[in-house]
Amino acid sequence: MINYSLTLQNLTKSFGRRLIFKNINAEFNSGNIYGFAGSNGSGKSTLAQIVAGIISPTSGKAIHKLNNEIITSDKLHQYLGFVSPYLILYDEFTAEENLIHSLKIRGLNPDSERIKVLLDTFNLYDRKKDLLKGYSSGMKQRIKFIFALIHNPQLLIFDEPTSNLDIKGKDAVYKMIEEESKEKLIILGSNEESDLSLCQETIYVENYKNSEIDKR
Amino acid sequence: MKAYSLFKKDWQSELRTRYAINALAMFILVTISVILFSIGQEKISAHLTGGLLWVVIFFSAMSGLARAFVSEEERGTTLTLHLLAKPSTIYTGKLYFNVLLVYLMNFSIVIIYSLLFDSFSIQSVWLFVLAAFFGSFGIAVSSTIIAAIISKASAKGTLYPVLAFPILLPLILILLELTKYSIDGKSIAESYVELAVLICYDVIMLTASYMLFDFIWED
Repeated sequence: MINYSLTLQNLTKSFGRRLIFKNINAEFNSGNIYGFAGSNGSGKSTLAQIVAGIISPTSGKAIHKLNNEIITSDKLHQYLGFVSPYLILYDEFTAEENLIHSLKIRGLNPDSERIKVLLDTFNLYDRKKDLLKGYSSGMKQRIKFIFALIHNPQLLIFDEPTSNLDIKGKDAVYKMIEEESKEKLIILGSNEESDLSLCQETIYVENYKNSEIDKR
Repeated sequence: MKAYSLFKKDWQSELRTRYAINALAMFILVTISVILFSIGQEKISAHLTGGLLWVVIFFSAMSGLARAFVSEEERGTTLTLHLLAKPSTIYTGKLYFNVLLVYLMNFSIVIIYSLLFDSFSIQSVWLFVLAAFFGSFGIAVSSTIIAAIISKASAKGTLYPVLAFPILLPLILILLELTKYSIDGKSIAESYVELAVLICYDVIMLTASYMLFDFIWED
């Protein structure tokens, strides 16, 4: 089994003088689901973006390892699947075109069978030839999951995974998360009880807040 | 190959949205029309038409080439690109797109210009072709990195020409000189120094762009 691990070392982030969180230390391993929890504006999404290498921490490190080999930041995108409300795919392309372009840009050959299976799983196969600009917000959320899974990454970060989804969509997502978590490392950023109930361990980002910087 | 796939994605997107092509086409038409109206019945020298040609090219480039990164930022798809490829691949893909756009734009401008301005007569065609080839590449390289820088700023529209002017000025000056030489009928051998400076500019800008892009791209 492939072992993916993620270590957070003294992770601190502040925007200007506003401290978001300070000294987060944690260790995550594949085969588990972890949660980043907290109220709105607590820094869940910021932490998820730092872990994904999208934004830099003010201090500290997020170390990604695959079978004990460190993954450098320029290769992280190969091992990462990311879903969030602020992830936007290309509206001028169809669902299928978005997936094919994303695979080709990653340097992978599009596997039509895998595309079909994923589109089927998220109930979008019949709409695969439609432009994304005609999709509802729930359908856009579902295509983001396919976008995150299509290259079979070892690390899956889902920030607010069930936003815009109906009950049927949520069930499909929970089923997929449980299935993927058998071999992969999954991180959920959410404040929904039902999302966090899937997690073996949860980091409450607000607990890492320290007002020292604000007072200076 | 990955960069080429990104270029193909951008080109297909451009053909559907006409984000940059329409802006470029309108700008070319408007600037050439303004020059034609302001000249009126005056007979202008060949050297002046050569200078005005690069004015049209410079301002057209300002209007359309920033779109490579600005359109991604405006549509909110920058994060998607972050998740797809490493920074050098993204810069290369965007550069391919801008190179194609600049060559198409400059080719169209030169054709329209030659048809409308009688006094624009190139004696040394190959020298002009070489100057336009390396000059257009330089414009594409510089415009791509400037577009990446300004896409992160809030005042994108005003910042682009302000930032582009000092960076493109040496290129425009050398291109004006080479255009004058090609109108005068100088040979390629006689213009060796200027051509060498032009190629050096391209190489320096390309190297600096790849070195800088990682820092610009990371938030």
